[in-house]
Amino acid sequence: MDSYQDTVLKLKHYWADRGAIIQEPYDVEVGAGTMCPETFLRVLGKKPYKVAYVQPSRRPADGRYGENPNRLYKHQQLQVILKPSPNDVLEQYLGSLAAIGIDLSKHDIKFEEDNWESPTLGAWGIGWQVMLDGLEITQFTYFQQCGGIDLDLVPAEITYGLERISSFLQGVNSVYDMQWAPGVKYADVRLADELQFSVYNFEMANIDRLWRLLGEHEAECKELLAQYEKYPDKSRFPVLATYDQVLKCSQLFNLLDARGAISVTERVGVIKRVRDLAVGTARLWALQQEAAA
Amino acid sequence: MSLDFLLEIGTEEIPHWMIPGALAQLSKLDLLSAAARVDATPRRLVVEASNLPDRTPDRAEIVKGPPVSSGEKAALGFAKKQGVDPSQVKQAGNYYELHKTTPGRLAIDILAESLPAAILALQWPKTMYWTGGKTGPRFIRPIRWIVALLGDQVIPFEIAGVKSGNVTRGHRILGSSSIPVTTANYQSELRKNFVILSSHERRHKIESEASKLDAKIDADLLETLTFITEFPTAIRGNFDSAYLELPAEVLTEVMRHHQKYFAVESAPNRLAPHFVAVMNTSGDPDGLVQSGNEKVLRARFNDARFFWNVDQHKKLIHRGDDLAKVTFQAKLGSYLEKTNRIVELVKELGGNAHAQRAAELCKCDLTTEMVKEFTDLQGIVGGLYAKEQGEPKAVAQAIYEHYQPLSMEDSIPETREGQIVALADKLDTLRGCFSVGLVPTGSKDPFALRRAAQGVVKILVEAKLDYYLDQLATGELREFLTERIQHYFREVRGFKYDEVNAVLKVGISTLKDVEDRLRQIADVRPTPNFEPLAASFKRINNILKQAAFADDHAAVDTALLEPGPEKDLYEEYSSLAASAPLTQVADLRPTVDKYFDKVMVNVDDQNVRRNRLSMLSQMLRKFSTIADFSEIVTSGDQKS
Repeated sequence: MDSYQDTVLKLKHYWADRGAIIQEPYDVEVGAGTMCPETFLRVLGKKPYKVAYVQPSRRPADGRYGENPNRLYKHQQLQVILKPSPNDVLEQYLGSLAAIGIDLSKHDIKFEEDNWESPTLGAWGIGWQVMLDGLEITQFTYFQQCGGIDLDLVPAEITYGLERISSFLQGVNSVYDMQWAPGVKYADVRLADELQFSVYNFEMANIDRLWRLLGEHEAECKELLAQYEKYPDKSRFPVLATYDQVLKCSQLFNLLDARGAISVTERVGVIKRVRDLAVGTARLWALQQEAAA
Repeated sequence: MSLDFLLEIGTEEIPHWMIPGALAQLSKLDLLSAAARVDATPRRLVVEASNLPDRTPDRAEIVKGPPVSSGEKAALGFAKKQGVDPSQVKQAGNYYELHKTTPGRLAIDILAESLPAAILALQWPKTMYWTGGKTGPRFIRPIRWIVALLGDQVIPFEIAGVKSGNVTRGHRILGSSSIPVTTANYQSELRKNFVILSSHERRHKIESEASKLDAKIDADLLETLTFITEFPTAIRGNFDSAYLELPAEVLTEVMRHHQKYFAVESAPNRLAPHFVAVMNTSGDPDGLVQSGNEKVLRARFNDARFFWNVDQHKKLIHRGDDLAKVTFQAKLGSYLEKTNRIVELVKELGGNAHAQRAAELCKCDLTTEMVKEFTDLQGIVGGLYAKEQGEPKAVAQAIYEHYQPLSMEDSIPETREGQIVALADKLDTLRGCFSVGLVPTGSKDPFALRRAAQGVVKILVEAKLDYYLDQLATGELREFLTERIQHYFREVRGFKYDEVNAVLKVGISTLKDVEDRLRQIADVRPTPNFEPLAASFKRINNILKQAAFADDHAAVDTALLEPGPEKDLYEEYSSLAASAPLTQVADLRPTVDKYFDKVMVNVDDQNVRRNRLSMLSQMLRKFSTIADFSEIVTSGDQKS
């Protein structure tokens, strides 16, 4: 039986063999692998790109103090971007399942419509949730728009829910019982994380300070965005650092949301604030790429 | 020679609910007059046809040229323009003419030209591009292969870089990915490769297999499963009977909507601890699919049980304050404010204490974990919790059903309390949204106000509630409701549009009254006197209009009436009560006909003329309390 890390390594190998760069996780908190610059920015423009990376993804509102066997505050995604998407992309994906030991002839696999949309990123795509014996194991998306920009080369995004897949392979009922490495359970590695961050996210995060921080990062981002036009040497302009500020805002929004501090009315407004930053940054990235070309 | 035709558009998995619409469009494909037979799986849209001609017939025509009198030069010009040798231009009488034969074209060429555009012209609710950038072709999902055959030849064309051919693909896992086919063996080759092309057969397979496993067949789910599988096979799984203590509504919701399983019943309305899943494969020899699905369902049920337990820690009645934090609509405040308005409205509508209590609690389930997870169960969960928490049965039932009717087909709440709370809730939404300018335009109706208005109408009519429309709505909202009233009586109840117009034209008091009047019209409509009388009434209306006669209270001076048809008519209609059944009103017809035959309204004597207009106006008004007959479309109207 493969441990969690065996499965991850096999998937990375599989995609490395198909020409993907194996990146490391991004080091700013994100809610999904899609938000990493390796996806959000790289899908823009006309340069082909293939990349795969594991991204720990924080969803403060999904925390359950480590008590729910299937819900996690932070879960691991294996994010694969194939830009442009090859014609046999679904066959390649099915091949990856075979590579981690799933004998598809003995299972039931279905692609069920599930279009992805992120209002905070001004991004959407068309795709499916991939169901294996009734379990959603992957989100598959053909990106159409990102940061409000129609994409030149439609990428395929494959997002594997690693805990789900590994739990499935190991036949455990609780994610915490899954073997991370031989003799080491998922609980040993991550349970404290789940408990403590649930406490912080739901009970202790200082709401006023979070709002202030959101304002600060937003201000930093806006200030940067405003300087690009007059900045003499475009290639030096820190678009990437600007984007980090967007990620900070997005994470603070999620925290405030988990804390119950955002009313439904305010929600729309805050989402728009973050989207404006994301769209602005995507625009600069595209301009910078054009300037360099 | 007559040829068979096959077109298979091979795609990645198409959303199941879009497939029937696409097939309806494909069935109209222009195939040189041959009838298209269509079918589909999630991965292929297929058109087959027989007896296509191999070419279109030659077409002989005579092209008329200039008159002979215009000279030979003109004839030469004509020949040049037609692209023929001048020797072919003949004289026929006073004109030059040309006998021209346009050769027919090969069917294969015509199809090769027309198919790509026809395929890309299919309308989908949402499309994507995947190649060639944002100006590239759009389709529902990427097209990966195309089979296009006429007889034994490939119809050559290309879409999105995919060239048509004679090679199809089988089931993703069980079939070959490269299968050469002919028009004759196409379906049998697919079957060998675990694809049942016939959606009819797949539906039947699912239904019969699932029924054998005691599934309770749900028609919508059956349709969904038919179009998400290429080779459906039903299997049964089990769950711990301890979960049966959760309400059947919750278990069924999880099984049906989240997992696409059929529920299994041990007796009518009694769930058994089993489910039926439909796989897209031929079997489950090792039981892996069954155990996998069982595990997923267990986790889902665990979640539901967790939500149920957590939710019981705070009774509905204590959740009122939490509603203050849930926004109904930015300009219309929170759900707490909405709740207060609903309660007031229920009181205004004369709802009893149970209805008022239900109104107070009806939105509280929005703050429960259960509804946050299973949003479709809003209302239902509130009703279940109310019952659990010891609320009177009528209160719980009213909460349970207050979102009904959810559609035109859905039934209205069963209890009077439920009807009144449902009415108040919808009416409040409508009034609120209209008051802040959120009025549906065209296809945009984000707050589903049409559905709310339709619900209001359906409840008012079907529960026979006698509220006056004016009491419920004014201004723009009243007009909006009137549109829905028209729609309801026409589309749901099948009254003719002119009957509905005629009845609504004279005003709306209660909907019960509208319904009564419509019934009267519909009953009298087929009788021989009715439509001619309606035509006469229309004539009267026109006469009054032309005379600009607007004195609604003009009295008739009987002394000025001429004996004969005029006096007869006056006496006959005067003797009839205004509330007389319409059949009796219709009996006025011969007298009215005679009147128009013999009596001239617009005479020179202004007193007589005025008196005649007064009489016609009086008669019209008297019998226009049920309907405005001039709105009835009679055979005379259709001719004109």
